Amino acid sequence: MSGYFIFIILVLAFVLIFQISKASEYVSVLKGEEKSFKQSNRINAFMFILFMVLGLFGAWWCNELLYDRTLLAQPAASDHGEKIDFMLWLTIIVTGVVFLMTQILLFWFAFKYQHSEKRTVYFFPHNNKLELLWTVVPAIFLTILVGFGLFYWFKITGDAPKDAQIVEITGKQFNWMMRYPGKDNVLGRKNYRLTDASNGNALGVDWEDGASHDDIEASEMHLVVGKPVQLVINAQDVIHDVGLVHFRLKMDAVPGIPTTLWFTPKYTTAQMKEITGNKEFVYEISCDQMCGSGHYSMRGVIVVETQEEYDAWMASKKPQYVTVQEAAAPAAPKADSTAAVATATMSKPLAQLK
Amino acid sequence: MSSETISHGHAAEASVHSHDSHEAHGHDHHHEESFLTKYIFSTDHKMIGKQFLITGIIWAIIGGLFSVLFRLQLGYPDASFPILEDLFGKWAAGGRISNEFYYALVTMHGTILVFFVLTAGLSGTFANILIPLQIGARDMASGFMNMLSYWFFFLASVVMFASLFIQTGPASGGWTIYPPLSALGQASEGSKLGMDFWLISMALFIVSSLLGGLNYISTILNLRTKGMSMTRMPLTMWAIFFTAVLGVLSFPVLLSGAVLLLFDRNLGTSFYLSEIVVKGEILPNEGGSAILFQHLFWFLGHPEVYIILLPAMGMVSEILSVNSRKPIFGYLAMVGSLFAICILAFLVWAHHMFVTGLNPFLGAFFVLLTLLIAVPSAIKVFNWLTTLWKGNIRFTPGMLFSIGFVSLFISGGLTGIFLGNSTLDIHLHDTYFVVAHFHIVMGVASFFGMFAGVYHWFPKMYGRYLNNTMAYIHFWVTLVGSYLIFWPMHYSGLAGMPRRYTDWSNWQSFNQFQDMNRFISTVAMVVFAVQILFVFNFFYSIFKGRQVKSENPWGANTLEWTTPINPGHGNWPSDIPEVHRWAYDYGKDGREFIPQTEPIGADESKH
Repeated sequence: MSGYFIFIILVLAFVLIFQISKASEYVSVLKGEEKSFKQSNRINAFMFILFMVLGLFGAWWCNELLYDRTLLAQPAASDHGEKIDFMLWLTIIVTGVVFLMTQILLFWFAFKYQHSEKRTVYFFPHNNKLELLWTVVPAIFLTILVGFGLFYWFKITGDAPKDAQIVEITGKQFNWMMRYPGKDNVLGRKNYRLTDASNGNALGVDWEDGASHDDIEASEMHLVVGKPVQLVINAQDVIHDVGLVHFRLKMDAVPGIPTTLWFTPKYTTAQMKEITGNKEFVYEISCDQMCGSGHYSMRGVIVVETQEEYDAWMASKKPQYVTVQEAAAPAAPKADSTAAVATATMSKPLAQLK
Repeated sequence: MSSETISHGHAAEASVHSHDSHEAHGHDHHHEESFLTKYIFSTDHKMIGKQFLITGIIWAIIGGLFSVLFRLQLGYPDASFPILEDLFGKWAAGGRISNEFYYALVTMHGTILVFFVLTAGLSGTFANILIPLQIGARDMASGFMNMLSYWFFFLASVVMFASLFIQTGPASGGWTIYPPLSALGQASEGSKLGMDFWLISMALFIVSSLLGGLNYISTILNLRTKGMSMTRMPLTMWAIFFTAVLGVLSFPVLLSGAVLLLFDRNLGTSFYLSEIVVKGEILPNEGGSAILFQHLFWFLGHPEVYIILLPAMGMVSEILSVNSRKPIFGYLAMVGSLFAICILAFLVWAHHMFVTGLNPFLGAFFVLLTLLIAVPSAIKVFNWLTTLWKGNIRFTPGMLFSIGFVSLFISGGLTGIFLGNSTLDIHLHDTYFVVAHFHIVMGVASFFGMFAGVYHWFPKMYGRYLNNTMAYIHFWVTLVGSYLIFWPMHYSGLAGMPRRYTDWSNWQSFNQFQDMNRFISTVAMVVFAVQILFVFNFFYSIFKGRQVKSENPWGANTLEWTTPINPGHGNWPSDIPEVHRWAYDYGKDGREFIPQTEPIGADESKH
């Protein structure tokens, strides 16, 4: 009912605007086009100045409302993230100055040089000095931005430290699966043709490879604070993306082409709860590459903790190979917990979020 | 008709083709044009331009409506709208937009607006209408190819429109249709039949674009009237010329990408597929590269944003100069910067792929080349500002939209400096910061250029004016609304909020923007309503608008204003005028404007 109501109001508003517009056209013909042109020209010139003033005020107000909800208001949770934040602020300052300068000039000129019969325009087709000036100055500032940008880019994408912890993360519609290399610090070989979620091998690990026997699988990622970690990123079906907002990092997960990403977490989850003042805080992994109808629900969780906490968690885990062997030994097929989660989420993507 | 078809400008010198003078508009003395040859299968560039424009407007309404629908979901994720179920059935069961529906809407919104509205609707319209009129030609180099160009576009439109009604829905993997998602029907409903329709439609669209583009290039190079050297052309012509070059060189690459994807989908090839397990099913494909598609796609995809933006830049340059009553500042620098943008457009595509695992060393070159584009862009902005400086500005609706364009181009261009820098792209990639960036700089800014063009050249197209009051309402609501919609999105982007999410309520990191989303959705609906007002104004004014009384209503220098108010096929009833000067002698030697057709006076000052 209210739908029809809104529709009728809309139609009436249209008719009203149309009638006013037609009437004003007739009025302008009666008044003389010259006179009505001058009047509307003055109004529009004033509107530009008004727009600029209100717009700048609006931008300030928007900042007041929303700044605290962005990541600018909290420290980056990784060493790479700090570099990115610095780069971000540098760019905000440079572009901010240009933004204010050009927008104010634009609207000021529009107002100042509105039509007037007294003014004769200044015939000014070109000026090489001016044009050189605004070719060279932007080029200098851009060189600075490119310089800083590439310096950090190579730091961030450079080789991970030798002692980095290795964690494999694999994306599929619509959840993440983790694998730890175990004591040998080597991930066992994989072959996608061996993938068999119902028999405890959701990742397609090749059990023939001895290095896989101590690999540990999990649905949650645990990291040690202050210790570099290298993520080995895979996807099984379509392209996903490991988005780590608090660490300010991101890397695609591409089927058939493993990618890597490394960083050092700076704060434990508990510390971040204090920093953000949010008791519910968790490090989240968001899928940042469109991957299908459940894309928006493809959420993973990272727990950053102290070495002791991490060791305790790791000790509670059983290598996947052992789990599979145990399941195979007694005839009763008992899927392991990871696979159960995986199967459940396949049909109901939101299940694991609740 | 065909025997008289004017498709060879050289023959125009003979001036035998004075079809209908403006007095006798609609009553052809020389030969009868049937409805079919005049309005449907027309080879007159002006009619073809109008066909592109009106088809573009229809697509814009559809594409805009889709955005209103998905903004309903984003702004009111908990609400139920029973009317949606009445209209869309299972796609909106319970009055709520389903995930599949949401992604289909987003994908179609992007596809329609990028290709059908801002490529075909924008450069198709203005290249066709303006090229022969502004360079002084009777028609395009090939009127027939030009007609085919429209009808291939129409076919592409039919196929895309049909895909909306398929049981499994239209393509829904995002307008960039990255495989494997778009290659595997198992992975998504939209990757079933809808995706084949998308690819076929796009192939037809590319044919249309190539037919049009080749025609634009050859017309500009070969059919300029006497005295119209390249450096005397209005900036609109330069912009459209570079646009056509971009399209001709980059669209075929997308075609190859699309054809390979069709093969992967239907013939079992593995160009983009390797080592895939989808929904538990192990696929045999090995050895392909999903990233290959992204290279092929963005090799068009990036030039594409300039294909959209350059014509807008050209028209804005022209309109700013005409209505400031002052020459465009730095004409050669404007041409040079268009050229620089055109070249660089081909060398930056991988900046869309910084986080795909691209070799960081290779990425560094793309950072450098991408940020280099900021230099010609800065030149353009400062030149536009200087054009306004010490001018005598008339705020015609076209002028308002041109000034709005400059403002939006600055705002959206500056955020490109963030995203083009790979270090920041790691953080901001695929967040709402990107959505805000490209909507402002490519979407809204180009729309402003298009509106400016429509308002400015409407008198040439239909011999009538659009209603000014409605135009002012249209401009101010759209300008304010665009900033209200897209400015706050930068903030959610800086919070890392990913794009293409239907719902953020289950996320700790992104659920703090619900009130903002509701606000944006409300503004989006208002802005959409005002666009409908524009459409109404457009169609109403074609028939009932205030009549144009003089040949040169804006006091402009360019050649299109030397034609009759309603030019017939052939444009000039007598000889094509000769050109003696550039297009921007405004305010020179105390004269308000000096048309290009006026010979240089003996005591005229030099510049």
